[in-house]
Amino acid sequence: MPLTKKDYTSDQDVRWCPGCGDYAVLAAVQTFMPELGIPRENTVFISGIGCSSRFPYYMETYGFHTIHGRAPAIATGLSVTRPNLDVWVVTGDGDALSIGGNHLIHAMRRNVNLTILLFNNQIYGLTKGQYSPTSELGKVTKSTPFGSADYPFNPVSLALGAECSFVARTIDSDRAHLTEILRKASKHKGTKFIEIYQNCNIFNDDAFIALTGRDTKKLNQIRLEHGKPVRFGPNNERGVTASHDGTLRIVDVEEVGEDRLVIHDERALDAAHAFALSRLSHTPTGPTPIGMFRQVDRPTYEELLDRQVAQARQKGPGDLNRLLRSGDTWDVVA
Amino acid sequence: MAAPKTVQEIDKVVIRLAGDSGDGMQVTGDRFTNATAVLGNDLATLPDFPAEIRAPAGTLFGVSGFQLHFADHDILTPGDSPNVLVAMNPAALKTNLGDLLPGGIVIANTDAFEDRNLAKAEYTSNPLTDGTLQDYQLFEVPLNKLTLGALEGIKGLSQKEALRSKNMFALGLLSWMFSRPVEGTEDWVSRKFGSRPEIAEANVKAFRAGYAFGETTEVFTHSYSIKPAKLAPGTYRNVTGNTALAYGLVAAGERSGVQVFLAGYPITPASDVLHELSRHKSFGIKTMQAEDEISAAGAALGASFGGSLGVTITSGPGLDLKAETISLGISVELPMLVFDIQRAGPSTGMPTKTEQADLMLAMYGRHGESPLPILAPRSPSDCFDIVLEAARIALKYRTPVIVLSDAFLATGAEPWKLPDVDELPDLSRVFEFTTASNHESGEFWPFLRDPVTLARPWAIPGTPGLEHRIGGLEKSDGRGDISYDPDNHDRMVRLRAAKIAGIARDIPAAEVTGDADADVLVLGWGSTYGPIRAACRRVRTKGHKVAQLHLRHLNPFPANLGDVLRSYSSVVIPEINLGQLLRLVRAEYLVDAHGYQKVTGAPFKAGELESVLLHHLGGAS
Repeated sequence: MPLTKKDYTSDQDVRWCPGCGDYAVLAAVQTFMPELGIPRENTVFISGIGCSSRFPYYMETYGFHTIHGRAPAIATGLSVTRPNLDVWVVTGDGDALSIGGNHLIHAMRRNVNLTILLFNNQIYGLTKGQYSPTSELGKVTKSTPFGSADYPFNPVSLALGAECSFVARTIDSDRAHLTEILRKASKHKGTKFIEIYQNCNIFNDDAFIALTGRDTKKLNQIRLEHGKPVRFGPNNERGVTASHDGTLRIVDVEEVGEDRLVIHDERALDAAHAFALSRLSHTPTGPTPIGMFRQVDRPTYEELLDRQVAQARQKGPGDLNRLLRSGDTWDVVA
Repeated sequence: MAAPKTVQEIDKVVIRLAGDSGDGMQVTGDRFTNATAVLGNDLATLPDFPAEIRAPAGTLFGVSGFQLHFADHDILTPGDSPNVLVAMNPAALKTNLGDLLPGGIVIANTDAFEDRNLAKAEYTSNPLTDGTLQDYQLFEVPLNKLTLGALEGIKGLSQKEALRSKNMFALGLLSWMFSRPVEGTEDWVSRKFGSRPEIAEANVKAFRAGYAFGETTEVFTHSYSIKPAKLAPGTYRNVTGNTALAYGLVAAGERSGVQVFLAGYPITPASDVLHELSRHKSFGIKTMQAEDEISAAGAALGASFGGSLGVTITSGPGLDLKAETISLGISVELPMLVFDIQRAGPSTGMPTKTEQADLMLAMYGRHGESPLPILAPRSPSDCFDIVLEAARIALKYRTPVIVLSDAFLATGAEPWKLPDVDELPDLSRVFEFTTASNHESGEFWPFLRDPVTLARPWAIPGTPGLEHRIGGLEKSDGRGDISYDPDNHDRMVRLRAAKIAGIARDIPAAEVTGDADADVLVLGWGSTYGPIRAACRRVRTKGHKVAQLHLRHLNPFPANLGDVLRSYSSVVIPEINLGQLLRLVRAEYLVDAHGYQKVTGAPFKAGELESVLLHHLGGAS
C-alpha cells in the first residue's frame, strides 16, 4: 500500500507558535515524502538548534536533533558512512549562518549528498527575538536597541560562493512551489541547498510580505525558469538585463526590448550567472528571484571516498596480520 | 689499510642526536632506531623538536633532538642522560651538553663551529678548544667537508642538496660505531628517494662514507656492540604510540565487524593517527580531514548514529572544542572514541612537548552531569591494546570513551611483540544492532535499557519499523520522548551515571606489581609507567621494598582500587601535571596520598623518581 502524509507524521505534539510558517513547511514535506518512493527507514532528518530544528521529532523517520550549528557536520559523518540513506538537514538562519557557518560552507564545498532546508525568518525565534545573520542592517531587537550594525548574509550568494551544486529559494506559504523545488532536489546528487523564506509571526511578522502579500507578490516575485528570459510583474512587463560590468539590473521590457533580457541557465557550470541573479535583491522587500538558481552535476564526497576504498581493495581486502607485520620485523626465538 | 679495530661489548647505551630543525635529526633517529630494533635490542626513544617548522638556522631555540636508549635487556625509558651526543652545531652542543653523562662521547661537526654559529649559540669562545669539553671524549668530525667530498661528481646534485645529506654521514658513522646493519638503511634510502635518483645516490654515498670514516680514521679506536635483548619469543617490530593507535583502530574494525570512521583536524601531535589510518582504506576504513575540531567530533558521532564506530582524534585544545559534541554523545548514548594526544597547555602551550594534564578535562570538562569512561595507555605498544579495550567499552555500553595518550607516547617508539590476530578480543560479541521492537506494546523504545549493562538499544537508520528520533533534549526514561519532567531528569541523570559506574564490574581489578609486603605503593597512569617502573627497580636494587600500580582505566576506577590503596601505609602519585589523579584519588577514597609533580614538557627521568621514592621509603621505614 502506498504511503501517505500520515505515515510520515510522528506521534509527537508539534510545538510551534500558532501561525508559524514552520507548520506549512512540515506539511509540505510530509505530503511530498511518499512521492519519493524511498523506504521510510532509509530517511533521516538531522537538525541543529532553533525552532525549525524541532522538525525531526515530527517526522516518522529516523531523526537526530543535534547541537547548535553542527547538523551539517553530523549529517556528513552519517552520509559518508551510509551513502544509501536519504539524509536531510533542517536548519535556521541563526543555526546555519551564525554558529554553523563553517560546517554549512564545507558541506556544500564537499558536495555531500544532503538536502539542506534553511528556514530563513531573519530573526532568532527560539531565544526570543535577537537579530540574525540575515536580518537587515539597522534591525532593532532586544540585543540591538539602536539597530544592528552588521550587514546581512544573502544565503543564496553564500551557497553559490561555497560552490554548492544545487541552490534554490522558495517560500513557506507557497506549497506548490516548495514541493516543486523538493521534487527537483530529489533528482539531484550532492548538496541541495534550499532557502525557504519562513514567516515568524511572533518576532518578525511579515518580513516577506513584499513576496507573499496578495497585492505585492506579482510585483516582486521573479520566478526563475530554466532556458527562459527572466521576466516578472503582473503582466510580465519587467525583466532583467546584463550591464557592461557583469551585474544584472531590472528594467522595463518595453524600454530595452525583449531580446536584451538574460536567459536563465541553471545548468551553467560557472556560478557567475546564478550569483549575479542572487545579487538582484539584498533584502526580500523588493523584486526577488525565487526558484532554481543553480543545478550542476559533479561527483559527491561519498562517491569519491567510496571510489578510494574500492581502489584500495582492488588487490583484495586488507589483511591485519600482514599490516601488523609490515616494515622491519625480527624474530626472537626461545 | 688500517688495522681492524677492537669491538667493545656493552650492555646499553643512550645516544642523543641534536641539530638544526632542518638537519634531519628526526629522520636520522627513526632510521637508527629501526636498524637497532632489527638487531633485537630492547629500546625506547624520545624525539624532542621545536614547534617552529624551520627556526632560524643555528639558533638555540631551533635545536631538534632525538634520543635513543637501547640495550641487551629490557629497558623502560629513553634514558635519563645520554652517553653519546652528536652535535651538528654549537647551539645543539650548548642546549644538550648539560644532560650528557660525565665522560660521555661528543661527536661534533667541526665545520659548524665557526664564528657566526658560535655567536648565535651565545658562545664567547669555541667550546671545542676552550676546555668546555675537558670532561668528555670529544671526536671532531668535519661533517660538511667530508660529506661534500664523498658526493663529488654526482650529476644534478646542488651543493645545498649535498650538504643536506650530512645527517646520513652521521648515521653511517653511528652505524659503524654501534655495529648496526647497513642493508636496511640503504634499502630505505632507495625507497624514500626513488623519484630522485641523484638524491638517493647522495644519501647512500654519504651513509657509506660515514661508515667507512669510522672504520678507517685514526679518530676512533674502537666500536661497540650490544647483544640482542632476551625478549619473549615472537615476532617483533618497532612501533610509536600514534602508529599503534591507528593499527588498533584497524584491528577494532576487523574484530567487531563495524566500519571504522575517523574524522580529525590537523593538530600536533595527534595528526599522525589520521595520516596513518588514511593509508589503510583497503580495510574499508574511511577517514576525513574535517574543517575543524567540532566538525570532526560531529562527523564521528553522525557515523556512530549510522552504525559505524565513529572516532575522532585531537590534542589538548582540540578536546575543549569537542566537548559539546561529546556531551551530545553522552546524552544520545552512542559509541564513539575520542583520542586526546595530550600536550603541554594551557591554550597553545608547548605543542610539541608532553604533559598529562587533561585528566580533569576528560573527567569533568563538560556541562551538566556527563560522565564517560576514560582510558590511558602506558607505553607506545599499549596504545594498540587500549584501542581495543576502548572500542569494547564504547560498543558494549553505547558511550563516548576518551583515550588519553600523550606526546611522549605518540612519537616515542619501543619494540612490540606482535599479537596473534586471532587471539585479539572478539568485539563482535559485545554488542548487536537492534532489529526488532523491544517493548511489549510492539513499539520500539530507544531508551529501554539492558538491565545488566544499562546500555540502550542501538537501532540504526535503515532498520524497518524502528524509526525513532534522538537528540540532546532530555528524554523520558524508556520511551525516549522529549521530557521536561523534573523527576524523569533526575532519574535519567542517575541512570547514565550508573551505566558508566557499572563498567567497573567489567574491567580488570587493579593489580599491584613488585613487593607484596612493601609499605609504599607508587600509583601512576599513562606514559609515566616506564620511568616509574625503572625507578622502582632502582630502589629495589638498593634493598628497598616498593609496590607499583599503574592505572589504565581512569573512569571508572577498578572496583578494588580503594581497598588496594588503603592497604599501604604510604601512596605516592607521580604525575606530569599538578596533581590531577592525586585529587581524584583523595576525593574518591579519602586516602592521604602524596604527589610528585613536574611539568617541564619532558617525561620523568628514572633518576629523579628514584630520589622521590627514596625520600618516601625513608619516611616509611
